[in-house]
Amino acid sequence: MSRTWVVIPMYNECTVVGDVISGLLPTFPNVVCIDDGSADGSQKIAREAGAVVVQHPINLGQGAALQTGIEFALQDPATDSIVTFDADGQHRVDDAFAMVQRLRSGEAEIVLGSRFLDSRTKIAPLKKLVLKTAALQSKLSTGLDLTDAHNGLRAIGRDVATQIDLTQNRMAHASELIHQLAVLNPRWVEHPVEIIYTDYSKAKGQSLLNSVNILAELFLR
Amino acid sequence: MLILIQALLIVAVVVVSLVLMRGGSNARHLAVRRIMLILFTLAAVLSIFFPELLSVVAGWFGIGRGTDLVLYGLVVSFLVFVATTYQRFRQTEISLTKLSRRIALDEAERPWEAPSNPTAHVRPHNEKKAGS
Repeated sequence: MSRTWVVIPMYNECTVVGDVISGLLPTFPNVVCIDDGSADGSQKIAREAGAVVVQHPINLGQGAALQTGIEFALQDPATDSIVTFDADGQHRVDDAFAMVQRLRSGEAEIVLGSRFLDSRTKIAPLKKLVLKTAALQSKLSTGLDLTDAHNGLRAIGRDVATQIDLTQNRMAHASELIHQLAVLNPRWVEHPVEIIYTDYSKAKGQSLLNSVNILAELFLR
Repeated sequence: MLILIQALLIVAVVVVSLVLMRGGSNARHLAVRRIMLILFTLAAVLSIFFPELLSVVAGWFGIGRGTDLVLYGLVVSFLVFVATTYQRFRQTEISLTKLSRRIALDEAERPWEAPSNPTAHVRPHNEKKAGS
């Protein structure tokens, strides 16, 4: 028996998270939302949409929520794979499904989403430049040749997931994950995914200035 | 001469910050910090009784006035304070994260344990309760 848990970090996403969960459930019946101290009733909406909700007692940050979600999924003995998915509706369920298929085929132990492997994602030039710089920086510091180092869509096999330990609570967790992968050295592959930039996800997503915070957190850890 | 002092100060900032940051807060680091605090207090008291003393010491290092020496010392200690405070804050944050995660996971519904009973939503430690 093999089961995939979809892990969704959630913080004040009441307007979108219900649709994201109901979009996932037909393909992935096991969805867990890690509520990071939302104050807008996201927990209730997520439960009613059919997800399991794990609630942080206080707000800790997206990285902490991801780690909690991974540990929750690993408690289920039937879990063989974990998908990380954003709550704001910018990922496609089809992409996640294809990534889990690649994982199950034994092609890789972790499948990482990349928005730069095909031309579906429409992205502003400045944002593209920042993301490309981030990918180059992570390549230089870890040796992993990723095209998109800050993509939230990933499919992680159980063995790799047990060894992930994110301590960067806020925004630097994506870089931290790649650093840990570079040490663990699993078989990895990138999968082309589409990022759907809606007005909501643009407003909610990381501003370019946040890259300053990411760098600061990495240097001062 | 001033260049030498500046180089020494920079080395002092980096070394002391690193020493106090790495290895966390063990008893030796705490002792070092307290010794530094005592020395600083002694210097402050002495400079009140003998105001010209600081300028004499500053003169040894080729710094013009005693107040400049105090300013340099203050900059160094402030940077050390920032660095150690940041490190302690990080440690506290990590502990708090682990505690919160433990609570969140303990309180979470575990659907794989009760698939036939959809009304039993929150069942923290149900196996322990059943045993005791």
